[in-house]
Amino acid sequence: MKLSENQKQLIKTLIGAAVYTVAIITRVEGSLFSLGAFLVAYFIIGGDVLLRAVRNISHGQIFDENFLMSIATIGAFIVGDFAEAVAVMLFYQVGELFQSYAVDQSRKSIAGLMNIRPDYATVQRGELLAKVDPDEVKVDETIVIKPGERVPLDAIVLSGSSSVDTSALTGESLPRDVDAGDPLLSGCININGLLTARVTKEYGESTVSKILDLVENASSKKSNSEHFITRFAHYYTPVVVIVAVLLGLIPPLLIPGATFREWIYRGLIFLVISCPCALVISIPLSFFGGIGGASKRGILVKGSNFLEALAQTEIVVFDKTGTLTKGIFEVQQIIAEGIGADVLLELAAYAESYCNHPISRSLQKAYQKPIDNARISDVEEISGHGVTARVDNALVAAGNAKLMRRLGIEYKEPDTIGTVVHVAKDGVYCGCIVIADEVKEDAARAIQELKAANIRQTVMLTGDSKQIGERVAAQLGLDSVYTELLPADKVAKMEELFAEKSPRGKLAFVGDGINDAPVLARADIGIAMGGLGSDAAIEAADIVIMTDEPSKIATAIRVSQKTLRIVKQNITFALLVKGVVLVLGALGIATMWAAIFADVGVAILAILNAIRMLNMKSIK
Amino acid sequence: MKKTFRLEGLGCANCAAKIESAVSKLAGVSAASVNFMTTKMVIEGEDAHADEIVTQATAIVKKFEPDVIVRKA
Repeated sequence: MKLSENQKQLIKTLIGAAVYTVAIITRVEGSLFSLGAFLVAYFIIGGDVLLRAVRNISHGQIFDENFLMSIATIGAFIVGDFAEAVAVMLFYQVGELFQSYAVDQSRKSIAGLMNIRPDYATVQRGELLAKVDPDEVKVDETIVIKPGERVPLDAIVLSGSSSVDTSALTGESLPRDVDAGDPLLSGCININGLLTARVTKEYGESTVSKILDLVENASSKKSNSEHFITRFAHYYTPVVVIVAVLLGLIPPLLIPGATFREWIYRGLIFLVISCPCALVISIPLSFFGGIGGASKRGILVKGSNFLEALAQTEIVVFDKTGTLTKGIFEVQQIIAEGIGADVLLELAAYAESYCNHPISRSLQKAYQKPIDNARISDVEEISGHGVTARVDNALVAAGNAKLMRRLGIEYKEPDTIGTVVHVAKDGVYCGCIVIADEVKEDAARAIQELKAANIRQTVMLTGDSKQIGERVAAQLGLDSVYTELLPADKVAKMEELFAEKSPRGKLAFVGDGINDAPVLARADIGIAMGGLGSDAAIEAADIVIMTDEPSKIATAIRVSQKTLRIVKQNITFALLVKGVVLVLGALGIATMWAAIFADVGVAILAILNAIRMLNMKSIK
Repeated sequence: MKKTFRLEGLGCANCAAKIESAVSKLAGVSAASVNFMTTKMVIEGEDAHADEIVTQATAIVKKFEPDVIVRKA
């Protein structure tokens, strides 16, 4: 068995700890044998630290942690505190081991999360099936995906039908059914049927490699907290070291009765606490965990800075169509008078069957049965009104209120939102069909959850009519709505909303990424919905929600708030403990043991706290 | 140019920060970032000095973290 670097280090530290224990038990004051035992333990445990310290000094690196630990422990030996000297080194190494274990674990857990990279593609070339690297497959080649395999490149199904598991991309556990003609996204797993598909994008352009790229590079955009800590660390160590030196030298020279032994000991306490490691490591760890946990839920965050900003969101602005509503027009309601609802729908579907209008298409879709063209004749389209046609020899009129008035037919206006198609047969009113864009299932919950997450204001912008916009806003419980906006008006409205937030607060805009790029860019945080397969959305936004669910925005905000909470706890806790021990150390109250806690103990606690971010089960 | 490197064995977050700030200050480098968690270093800079920048950046990594292996990613 080959031991990992960490395991070797652990064994060495354990042996050292055993020798150290023996040295303490057999300790005799002033005995050379005792000193020897402590020195053996010291070199077993900290030999590599001493070596690295020497090597780094030769590279011109002073204030490096190896050097500081070496000086602190050698100093402790010189002033005669052997047990403390070895303990500092022992716990320093334990802390290091712990850190490296935690970092490895979280790196692995993120790598597992991102384990969506396809290993191979099965390509049909001539009669043969070849297993090749996904990189080598060209657009328009035919690939075969067996059950259980990962879709290697974005493609369109040629034949076969199956269910695919998109959970690695979207966090959505419900499999999606695909048939011939449906698009397939790389990174999904084919569950049960054999699929052949035509490749539509090269590997580098395929969804899976875009997502991998995005997540891998996410934390390169650093948050303010990370910048703060880097700056802090830059000054903290030199300042503490200089104070330590002054503390060891000045008081014994100035204060009568003060001994070098006593004051050097106090200076050494400073050296032990001088490493800002705990802070420096726990903060990127928290953000990394937060970004990883979010992507597990189908939320891609492009940088730590955006995750941080999200926690300060005060105003969330939504686009309506495609974001809060499905963007698909569907028959919502059939109000029949004197005839059956299915008969009414049939009449309307037939009469409108020659138009290629979204309204007509949604009628055909609701009708579901094929249209028998032999049953229709004399179709007449009246622009801006509707159509009249003979269906089974009866004269059918289908259209808006204007058509009914024009034909002199009495009609009833239903009290609903959406587009109304009135139908009359042989001059007799038979009822109407209401067609509207449907609100997404989780839209209302999304707004409630945002409010629960302390979002001050939720706003909807739409190009739709005042009546429809206000109805949707009221239904979902949005705070305000601005309707009948042209794309340029949306940017102007955003400027107005910017004035309403506090200086530190952030404004997020949520759109579908299709025609709202300027608004996405103008917002502090641009969130694109339904990013799966849409390059434009992935490009334009700061945060991409892979599914169509607006409720994921609240999830993202909760992840962000939790991350920031942990980051703040760690900063406050570490600074506080270090500060207190520094002051107590200077006053001669704190011992070396307290210093060890302030250094290693705080590091371990901060890391444990940060690791909580990787366990995201607590956030829905 | 924009080049990405993997810093294998990067174990110290403070060193990552130091490497980042030193590489950013190199002549011809417009932006540099070292991501401690993904162990990735990304350098953006002038094409004309690409080779020089890479050599100097590698030397900086070696100076702060002698055990780290710099690999092209």
